[in-house]
Amino acid sequence: MTSRLYSYLTLAVVFLFLIGPFVIIVAAALSGGETLAFPPQGLSLKWIAKVFTVESFRQSFALSMFLAIFGTLAALVLGVPVAYAASRYRLPFGEVIRTVVSAPIIVPGIIVGLALLRYLVIPLNVSVGLALFIAHTALILPYAVRVVSASLDNLRSDIEEAAVLLGSSRLATFFRIVLPNIQSGILAAFILGFVTSFNQVPVSLFLSGPGVRTLPIDMIWYMEITYDPSVAALAALLAFLSISIVFLAERFLGFSRYV
Amino acid sequence: MSDPAYLDLKELTLAYGKTIAVDRLNLPIRKGELIALLGPSGCGKTTTMRAITGLLKPASGTITLDGRDITRLPANKREVGLVFQSYALFPHLSVFENVAFGLRLRKLPSAEINRQVGDGLALVGLSRFHNRKPAELSGGQQQRVALARSLVMQPKVLLLDEPLSNLDARLRLEMRTELQRVQRESGVTMVFVTHDQNEALALADRIVVMKDGRIEQLGSPEDVYNRPVSRFVADFVGFENIFSVENGRLHTQNGPVDLSVPVPPETSGLAWRPKMVRLGEGRFEGEVLGVAFAGGTREYLLKTELGPIKAEMDAAAPAFAPGSRLSFDLPTENAATLQRM
Repeated sequence: MTSRLYSYLTLAVVFLFLIGPFVIIVAAALSGGETLAFPPQGLSLKWIAKVFTVESFRQSFALSMFLAIFGTLAALVLGVPVAYAASRYRLPFGEVIRTVVSAPIIVPGIIVGLALLRYLVIPLNVSVGLALFIAHTALILPYAVRVVSASLDNLRSDIEEAAVLLGSSRLATFFRIVLPNIQSGILAAFILGFVTSFNQVPVSLFLSGPGVRTLPIDMIWYMEITYDPSVAALAALLAFLSISIVFLAERFLGFSRYV
Repeated sequence: MSDPAYLDLKELTLAYGKTIAVDRLNLPIRKGELIALLGPSGCGKTTTMRAITGLLKPASGTITLDGRDITRLPANKREVGLVFQSYALFPHLSVFENVAFGLRLRKLPSAEINRQVGDGLALVGLSRFHNRKPAELSGGQQQRVALARSLVMQPKVLLLDEPLSNLDARLRLEMRTELQRVQRESGVTMVFVTHDQNEALALADRIVVMKDGRIEQLGSPEDVYNRPVSRFVADFVGFENIFSVENGRLHTQNGPVDLSVPVPPETSGLAWRPKMVRLGEGRFEGEVLGVAFAGGTREYLLKTELGPIKAEMDAAAPAFAPGSRLSFDLPTENAATLQRM
């Protein structure tokens, strides 16, 4: 009886820590007061409305969207062939390739950001925007390779041989047979990459410049200057966006199979 | 064998890294023949088949098909069909589109594709399944789709990898009849791979028994079943009592035994199926170790001065009890004479 009590208690604490911050942010976002505070002073939607009027939020949101969409697409363009090669051929340096590809997950983001700033942006005069794009692509690549590999491993390779024996070239076989059968894996990788890129802080922190800031970095900046609940409102909006994407993905793809 | 070979494998050698899987194989196959490659796993039968498809490149040797050297021709240009053991249907396409896949690559007009796919599916008795997905079909139905998919391409050779092994006994008989009918109607040259001697005996015009990457015996089902040339083949087709012959005498674990009839000088072994052993009379004595009722017959395991002997007798005859002693004979004139041990 006591052990059951303890397990319920543990569960309650876990939920408190997982969902608590979210509840606080949503409450703060709906505050009628002038400063970021909990419990909120009155209820209003004015901070939610204000989010859409802040020019820097709009700019950084556009940049973050651009990075998340095109960084993920670039990572998929690079990652799908890597995943395919790794699953179908015994590559001479297969293990090395796998390690290099997953390095961005293992190396702390702070170090990646600093390295890119120090050795790409400063000496080579690469624009911060391009460096951000490269960094996000590299960060998403491991996820793209992994998730796509998982669906490739579930796809028997003899169906490709069957297509070849029916007259299809290897390349056409990839597009006609392999791609249609791993599309849910690719979509899952896209969603995972999108969310990863959108939430990325440490690397983006180093790669910021005048007018070039991703949304999370811009939120930090904003908070240092203006301590009003609009940041909480923005955070709540983003949380709802993420939740609905993942909900839809789970509903239609069985997203949790891949992550 | 006076016909020129339609599909001709000459000195074909295949290797995986340093392991030789098929060693200088020579195999001429006539047009319209149904050939079985028979052997245990690892004998090189599947490797040989993959070499014919072009999915595997030979280390040396040539493959000629219909008068043309196809050794270096890529797999997608060979006009060779393969029905995979796993069927390998395209899971995202309907039955119709699976069968139409190769025809679409040939850029045939759609009316022609409709007609050919319709004919193909009718041939295998699946006319009502056009819109199903492979996952909605039974194993036997999937296999027939795979067969139709290969057949509509009108391949010069159709290869089948263990075509009956994934089916239950009833479906197996049905599919066997189906394959023979399809072969008769289409006249396509067929080569199938199997480890099951019954499958090979029932289906094939000629059987190629393989061992360690070489042909052990090539012959008609009757030849292979009744006149195995070596200990390996004899063992594979159910001769359970095999003895070597030295200097015209039977070599047993208790020394040489005279034969009742002289055998040809090149004979190096003799083999008897259990049912060829004569029980109840003869020059040898044995003790019944075990007896098992097998429906129409009773199977005996005997302990004898020649070594263990497996025998079989009509179940209608009176049974010998375990532990009883009886005389028996291995009639030399019934035995299969082996050239290699």
